[in-house]
Amino acid sequence: MAFKSKADAQAYWKENVGIMIKLLLVWFTVSFGCGILLVDELNAIQIGGYKLGFWFAQQGAIYSFVVLTFYYARRMGQLDRKYGVDE
Amino acid sequence: MELQTLTYLVVGMTFALYMGIAVWARAGSTKEFYVAGGGIHPVANGMATAADWMSAASFISMAGLIAFMGYGGSVFLMGWTGGFVLLAMLLAPYLRKYGKFTVPEFIGERFYSRTARIVAVICLIICSVTYVIGQMKGIGVAFSRFLEVSYDVGLLIGMAIVFFYAVLGGMKGITYTQIAQFCVLILAYTIPAIFISFNLTGNPLPQLGLGSTMAGTDVYLLDRLDQVVTELGFAEYTTQVRGSTFNMFVYTLSLMIGTAGLPHVIIRFFTVPTVKDARSSAGWALVFISILYTTAPAVAGMARLNLIDTIEPKAGENLIYDERPQWFKNWETTGLLQFEDKNGDGRIQYVADKTTNEMVKVDQDIMVLANPEIAKLPNWVIALVAAGGLAAALSTAAGLLLAIASAISHDLLKGVLMPDISEKNELLASRIAMAGAIAGAGYLGFNPPDFAAGTVALAFGLAASSIFPALMMGIFSKRINKEGAIAGMIAGISVTLLYVFQHKGVMFVADTAFLGDLSANWFFGIEPNAFGAIGAVMNFAVAYGVSRLTSAPPQSVQDLVDFIRVPTGVAQAQDH
Repeated sequence: MAFKSKADAQAYWKENVGIMIKLLLVWFTVSFGCGILLVDELNAIQIGGYKLGFWFAQQGAIYSFVVLTFYYARRMGQLDRKYGVDE
Repeated sequence: MELQTLTYLVVGMTFALYMGIAVWARAGSTKEFYVAGGGIHPVANGMATAADWMSAASFISMAGLIAFMGYGGSVFLMGWTGGFVLLAMLLAPYLRKYGKFTVPEFIGERFYSRTARIVAVICLIICSVTYVIGQMKGIGVAFSRFLEVSYDVGLLIGMAIVFFYAVLGGMKGITYTQIAQFCVLILAYTIPAIFISFNLTGNPLPQLGLGSTMAGTDVYLLDRLDQVVTELGFAEYTTQVRGSTFNMFVYTLSLMIGTAGLPHVIIRFFTVPTVKDARSSAGWALVFISILYTTAPAVAGMARLNLIDTIEPKAGENLIYDERPQWFKNWETTGLLQFEDKNGDGRIQYVADKTTNEMVKVDQDIMVLANPEIAKLPNWVIALVAAGGLAAALSTAAGLLLAIASAISHDLLKGVLMPDISEKNELLASRIAMAGAIAGAGYLGFNPPDFAAGTVALAFGLAASSIFPALMMGIFSKRINKEGAIAGMIAGISVTLLYVFQHKGVMFVADTAFLGDLSANWFFGIEPNAFGAIGAVMNFAVAYGVSRLTSAPPQSVQDLVDFIRVPTGVAQAQDH
């Protein structure tokens, strides 16, 4: 095992799960939130020809997912370096 | 050049390319057959994953379904992309660290049980075969159109080609071929969309075109679409809910967790060198997928508009049937488009009311393939779309067949039944398994349970209810034991299968629903395609409950969980 100590391993895992939960909240908000649950409210706002809720459901959520995945990879890379477990 | 000749030429050229690559990279040993030696760059792997992932459901079927479902079709868009976020964060890095060949292998070892491994193999085969049925539907539609034969004949030809194609190459062939296929399919999808978007709105980017005004006017395209569909009696395009808000929520969730539970996609993350690469590879896959998924809504909306405008070029002046365009006649040949002159006026009426609607059959799976013809695009674009559709269907079918083959030969035979099977016989068994899966799925494809994308959605529901929860709990909990995992998987997939078979027929054979047709009695209004999320909840709950009542996993298994949570020290795939 590459961690210096067992405490390090636990701290790493805790931070990992923390990052994950935060990003999953964003994941939920842009898709289930803006695209489904709040769609009627957001549809009152118009951006160009798109109703905003409709835009989230068919465009916005997808763009957000791409950003989320890369952001996750970057954050985890930083975390790996912090604990000296990067390659 | 004539369209038919041109289609043969373009499809033939792309096929020659894939075959050439497959032969060039022909797999030599079993380990290369499965995971291509573990040394593929994340961007390349992302592209191959995207081709693997985007099947006939995404390419041929999805936009057509959205064209008729409007906003309700968003479940496919969000569900099939959002799952990659889950895959990237919850599964891919850890499974890469674990670094074995197959998903059942992980489940078997993490839950220290051959039974768990066998249950996983069975779940995997059920969802993969269902998925292949969806591909077969798409392949049948594509071949029937471009060979101008009936759907059934098109399906038979498609089965033969898939067989030749998948059995010849292994994963290594498939990885490089899939990169080629991605390029073909993404060009084939975006080029007609750019043309159509430019023609309708003056904006060449379909993602922006859908939100723009119609060329030469100040009316927004979506407003015009809402207006024309409601005039014909259909629901308003941009607000048309699928079933209920709750149904859409569950449907989307089911597709997302199904995405993260599909073995043929997970297996791709075993092919990159490190855990870090597995994380970024998921991101790259999503980038390549998003190109198609953000274009699809534009294709859908614009196809619907063009279809209506073709049938009713001027308000109140419908198309005369004898003057129908060539694409209309071609699709009539396949049996997937049918017209019946109910009021005997020789004109085509297309309305929501079933008693007066004369477009008695518009198979939604034909929309993407017909779209460039409806929009009167040049013949080479139409030929390219045919090639792209086939690339999408073939690449996914091949990836799935590989997952089925490895589950049977590697997990079931080598892992459980015949541990001392020779490498040569293992390879032979996997090829026989592929052939069996093609025959079975093809047979069921003559009467598919739904449109291609709907059938695939069922497969996702099954994966969501069985494989995803077991994997996730295996990584994120040390307490879930073999009893819990086995009971959970069985409970999840059984509940989902019961619900699906009850509404769609046993093994999707019509009229075998054992309690009679209860379609009016959907549980809380959840359609069968969406039920996987409920199955997954069952799986989690049962696994948790049973694990609490039985003893904790042995120390060695808890150490394994610690091991996969550390990103360094990855074993190379060829070591196994």
